[in-house]
Amino acid sequence: MVAGGFGVGKTTFVGAVSEINPLRTEAVMTSASAGIDDLTHTGDKTTTTVAMDFGRITLDQDLILYLFGTPGQDRFWFMWDDLVRGAIGAIVLVDTRRLADCFPAVDYFENSGLPFVIALNGFDGNQPYSPDEVREALQIGPDTPIITTDARHRADAKSALITLVEHALMARLR
Amino acid sequence: MATPPGGSHSGNWSYGPAQGQGDGSANQYGYPSVPRHRQPYPPQGPGPSPYDQPRAPRIQPVQPQRRAPEPTPAGGAGNPLVRPYAMTGGRTRPRYQLAIEALVHTTAQPHQMQGQLPEHQRICQLCREIKSVAEISALLTIPLGVARILVADLAEAGLVAIHQPGGDENAGGQPDVTLLERVLSGLRKL
Repeated sequence: MVAGGFGVGKTTFVGAVSEINPLRTEAVMTSASAGIDDLTHTGDKTTTTVAMDFGRITLDQDLILYLFGTPGQDRFWFMWDDLVRGAIGAIVLVDTRRLADCFPAVDYFENSGLPFVIALNGFDGNQPYSPDEVREALQIGPDTPIITTDARHRADAKSALITLVEHALMARLR
Repeated sequence: MATPPGGSHSGNWSYGPAQGQGDGSANQYGYPSVPRHRQPYPPQGPGPSPYDQPRAPRIQPVQPQRRAPEPTPAGGAGNPLVRPYAMTGGRTRPRYQLAIEALVHTTAQPHQMQGQLPEHQRICQLCREIKSVAEISALLTIPLGVARILVADLAEAGLVAIHQPGGDENAGGQPDVTLLERVLSGLRKL
């Protein structure tokens, strides 16, 4: 899973390493959540479409890795629950200029127990804060890797994925 | 998510020109089987659940689930399609829950497709090369919940094989160590 706030570069990240152009799948939100989601400003509309972008990487003749970008609106937890099942882990992309945007994703993965890594996406190559500073700001434990990345670059995205799977493996072996 | 298909197959998994039908063109995957509506459906006002008054006949009763998608497309411009769940006979839950990354592979012979619903035929055509449920949804522009139901129908009819992702049942379906090692090795070789 690739999570993070709106506009943080999730689809860019998926596209950088996917062998196909990212695809978009949509789910239609039930009206049962109308009480949760304030749709009054959208007039009579009682449904909302939740879109998820995803890509794929064929790793072996019989092994395919799918990368799902979580819906930008983090309130669509039911989609996240769906994705977490069977997932290896999550990369939480963070724009350090808008650190708070990643709080819901971090909370979610901490609660769900899914291994995750924090990847600081440096826009225009800038990394204004060090991983240590972000670790302190987010109150992330020492076990969770925090890395810097550039979501536009395949090598960076690949490296982030490797860090995640290594972390997930360590978590399973611990 | 990693999905190792359990069964044997000889499919070429790469996306390429040979795929032919699978380019996801909206026109190509229009809905010729259903009347097109020039206008989106009028929005339903707040009130009783649409599940209480299904507009499409139900093939089988299903227990409405709070989180099940609703059979009304978001009424934006450009998608004046039939309600997606009309294709499923009003059902909003598949007979069994397919993972979003479950792989689908057509096993039906072409002659078996005669008389099948057009949506089923399109899925079978697409899945001559192995595809995930998510890809079926995206490439055929079918909402995810609908794609799950249609694929489950096909599996029940024996027309497709499904490879549900492996996972350790004792660990909440999380991938096991062997799978993680294979994924790691595969990523390093990219």
